Amino acid sequence: MNSNVKKRLYFLLVSIITIIIIGKFIFDSLKINSVYFFSPTDLKNTTEIPNGIIRIGGMVKDKSLKKEGNKYSFIVTDFKNEILVNFIGIKPNLFEEGQGAVVEGKLNTRTNLVATKILAKHDENYMPKEVADALKKTGNWKKNYGK
Amino acid sequence: MLQFFSSKNFKDFHDDYLYWIKIFFLTLVIFGLIISLFVSPADYLQGDTVRIMYVHVPASWLALQIFAVMGICGFISLVFKTRIFTLISKSVAPIGFTFSLISLFTGSIWGQPTWGTFWTWDARLTSMLVLVIFYIIYIGSWKIFSKFNLAEKLTSIVSLIGLANLPIIKFSVEWWNTLHQPATIKLTESSSIHSTMLTPLLIMFFAFLSFSIIIFLIRFKLESLNLKINAKR
Repeated sequence: MNSNVKKRLYFLLVSIITIIIIGKFIFDSLKINSVYFFSPTDLKNTTEIPNGIIRIGGMVKDKSLKKEGNKYSFIVTDFKNEILVNFIGIKPNLFEEGQGAVVEGKLNTRTNLVATKILAKHDENYMPKEVADALKKTGNWKKNYGK
Repeated sequence: MLQFFSSKNFKDFHDDYLYWIKIFFLTLVIFGLIISLFVSPADYLQGDTVRIMYVHVPASWLALQIFAVMGICGFISLVFKTRIFTLISKSVAPIGFTFSLISLFTGSIWGQPTWGTFWTWDARLTSMLVLVIFYIIYIGSWKIFSKFNLAEKLTSIVSLIGLANLPIIKFSVEWWNTLHQPATIKLTESSSIHSTMLTPLLIMFFAFLSFSIIIFLIRFKLESLNLKINAKR
């Protein structure tokens, strides 16, 4: 290796390491501030109720979905805390009880959210219908799959 | 080791094997499309929408992998001043750019029926958009700066900086709460996808990979000839 190559190599390596260290600090602060959605537990732990538009994510609790025309009400849960959501509009196809969802809207009280938008969250499991039925039948459903 | 990366080797490879790689690609893509569109089962939840995945996922993988290649090439050509790596990077860039656009486009037409929105600013989607922007800056710098030496240096730096974005894209689904689901296919754990759906996915990936190799060989030959002609002027 001649000296010029060495010089460039050292210069680049030092600058890359510097950038990584700076980047880590930026990243750490971003990680706190750039939350796409809160879980119901996050919301319970906050000291003051956020008054702008926020997003809340979690599971739609079983048997909590009530429909009246295009008015929906359901409970979003993370199995520790729950939030009641009211929504008027059209729901996405995959939005169902027992599925993940992200709702966007304003908090009414600490446990009640008026949603302006519903997004269905899809998990990372892909399987044919027959396999899903077989798993449900044998009682292994959502044991090996999902978190 | 460095001897392998000579433009003569790549050009010889182009002349000798391009025909066979084309046949290999055609076989894979026809086979893969038939399996993914007709043979493979519909998903228990999404139904037939799942078939978009067989294009979306391989395109996203390749968009990331190609940028990784470009970043490594950028590093080598900055340090060792070996022009061949610049040429490799320059030839693969449009391929990766195309795949990243395919990834965003198919992702949003999958997102509309599944999530209920074409676009949302979650970490995965945003970082993928940043990758597209990096591709645009990279290709744009080649177009804007007509002096080869200057453009070579600038594009290498761009690809090196863009490298930092790749782990963010990969791990965004674990570091943040995102609407995008976490990775299905993991290297260390078992994948949460049924084998009848994994097979077409992998076939499509290798089809896309061989397509990238075809375009790379053609573009590399063109770029190195271009360089020779310009040097003689």
